[in-house]
Amino acid sequence: MADTTGTATSDMVADTGADGIRRRDFINIAAISAAGVGGVGVVLPLVSQMSPSADVLAESSTEVDVSAIQPGQAIKAVFRKQPLFVRRLTQKEIDEANAVSAGDLRDAETLAERTKEGHQDLLVTMGVCTHLGCVPLGAAEGENKGEFGGYFCPCHGSHYDTAGRIRKGPAPTNLLVPEYAFTSDTVIKVG
Amino acid sequence: MSFPWAKQYEPTNGVMQWLDERLPLPRLVYNAVGAGYPVPRNLSYMWNFGVLAGFFLVLQIVTGVVLAMHYAADASVAFGKVEHIMRDVNWGWAMRYAHANGASFFFIVVYLHIFRGFFYSSYKAPREMIWLLGVVIFLLMMATAFMGYVLPWGQMSFWGAQVITGLFEAIPLVGAPIKTWLLGGFAPDDAALNRFFSLHYLLPFVIAGVVILHIWALHIPGSSNPTGVEVKQESDTVPFHPYYTAKDGFGLGVVLIVFSLMVFFSPNTLGHPDNYIEANPLSTPALIVPEWYFYPFYAILRAFTFDFILPAKLWGVLAMFAAILVWFFLPWLDRSPVRSGHYRPLFRKFFWFGLIPCMAALFYLGGAHAEEPYIMLSQIATAYYFLHFLVILPIISSIEQPEPLPFSITEAVLGSDPNAKLGTTAAPAA
Repeated sequence: MADTTGTATSDMVADTGADGIRRRDFINIAAISAAGVGGVGVVLPLVSQMSPSADVLAESSTEVDVSAIQPGQAIKAVFRKQPLFVRRLTQKEIDEANAVSAGDLRDAETLAERTKEGHQDLLVTMGVCTHLGCVPLGAAEGENKGEFGGYFCPCHGSHYDTAGRIRKGPAPTNLLVPEYAFTSDTVIKVG
Repeated sequence: MSFPWAKQYEPTNGVMQWLDERLPLPRLVYNAVGAGYPVPRNLSYMWNFGVLAGFFLVLQIVTGVVLAMHYAADASVAFGKVEHIMRDVNWGWAMRYAHANGASFFFIVVYLHIFRGFFYSSYKAPREMIWLLGVVIFLLMMATAFMGYVLPWGQMSFWGAQVITGLFEAIPLVGAPIKTWLLGGFAPDDAALNRFFSLHYLLPFVIAGVVILHIWALHIPGSSNPTGVEVKQESDTVPFHPYYTAKDGFGLGVVLIVFSLMVFFSPNTLGHPDNYIEANPLSTPALIVPEWYFYPFYAILRAFTFDFILPAKLWGVLAMFAAILVWFFLPWLDRSPVRSGHYRPLFRKFFWFGLIPCMAALFYLGGAHAEEPYIMLSQIATAYYFLHFLVILPIISSIEQPEPLPFSITEAVLGSDPNAKLGTTAAPAA
């Protein structure tokens, strides 16, 4: 019963049963568990609010008309607010890309694996260096294409070859080929 | 918490007496930076930089709060808002230039404060906790400065955000999702700009909190001094006020003259012209480098260009963070019982001819283009940097024969100490 004088008596605090468990142990565990579950429930929305919001995710596909790109030319498009390189390779560039054995590369991939069947001359990659996210040079006329004739990232000196594969410098992987498909012979849909 | 001869606070009138009994704040200030804090009498000007760092923290908070009144963290208007501050807001140009240069000066005085600690081994027992809290403050400063640099939404802001959040992509498996989570998108945009603004406003107050802990920890053993010999007696100390309020005040005056010269005559020298071009996600500036105060760590990041078990990029990121985290272990890596570099002949040589040139090289190389010979030089300097802390320092601190220490601070200052017995030398202060 409640002690109306306000003093906790020893039999109230240490009401130990035959098994040595106090009644108050149950209250402790129940209270801490409730606070813990509640805490997780509060942290989840706090963490999740940092992830991309619905309007950011809604901008996640782009269509590009590739008919006007001549061999040796490239265009920059925008996909998910990041640059997208679409490049029509010359026969020489295709031969150069196929001349190296993919197994010797840091990120082993062949040109065929990085392009679509029947469109081996159309290289679609993100224009985002896989090192720290700069935009490599080489898509526009007259820019430095690096030692392997593809793309060159000026920030930290990564060289990509004509298939957009990392050949020299700090970048760990090839330029990312985003998910895309030909919706007609001349239009690709990225994302 | 203080020496027994410390002066006691006496309220001078009834109002202060009344306040002292209810909220002894004047007593706290008196004991912390007033006449109630006895300080070694031999502090050199190298001991000014703690107070100076505190001054620049306050300057940054005051100018920053003013700038926030005229700024908007929206990617479509942020760049224009900064120009609005520069052209339209009354005294806006002065506030912004003071804030931008204030960040640089904050780092200058903190770097000198840290290097004072390196030379005089201020991190040794019983002051380890002061040092550890100081490294925490430095890390918080770096995070705050980085996020602040993104806010003007110029080209360097945008690409700085892209590169620094890109560091997290180096983490295996979860790196890319972490980057997206940090940015709230696939590239820096509105979401990133807003959260950086929010955190840039918050973190200085966190820094102020850790600074209070840093000073609290300092007041337990009291300040170190250039001899490294601990305070033994009243004649070794003078009260903080008026002696060091005056000395710090003089140093503050000198620094403010230099600061004013920068703000009023050369406000953009420490910045990058590309940041006056609005952020363009499709075009990277030719030379991406952070602000000068990050150069040493940026040079270390870029020094790793080859894969060795782990990818080069991950090595670079790990080394960059390790370059600062190694400071946390300094109290235990340096095993010499003697603190001051003045009495450590071997340590002194490696400090002036090893660590200092190495840091100077890293400062230079971090701002250079990523091409030879700078890459190779960065690799050499990075290797030496870690060698200094992890190998050279533990070895020389074990083998060197220190020079004789003075008996006391009093003896170091006056040439003799009546309390020093003939033929005795002071025990190494440890």
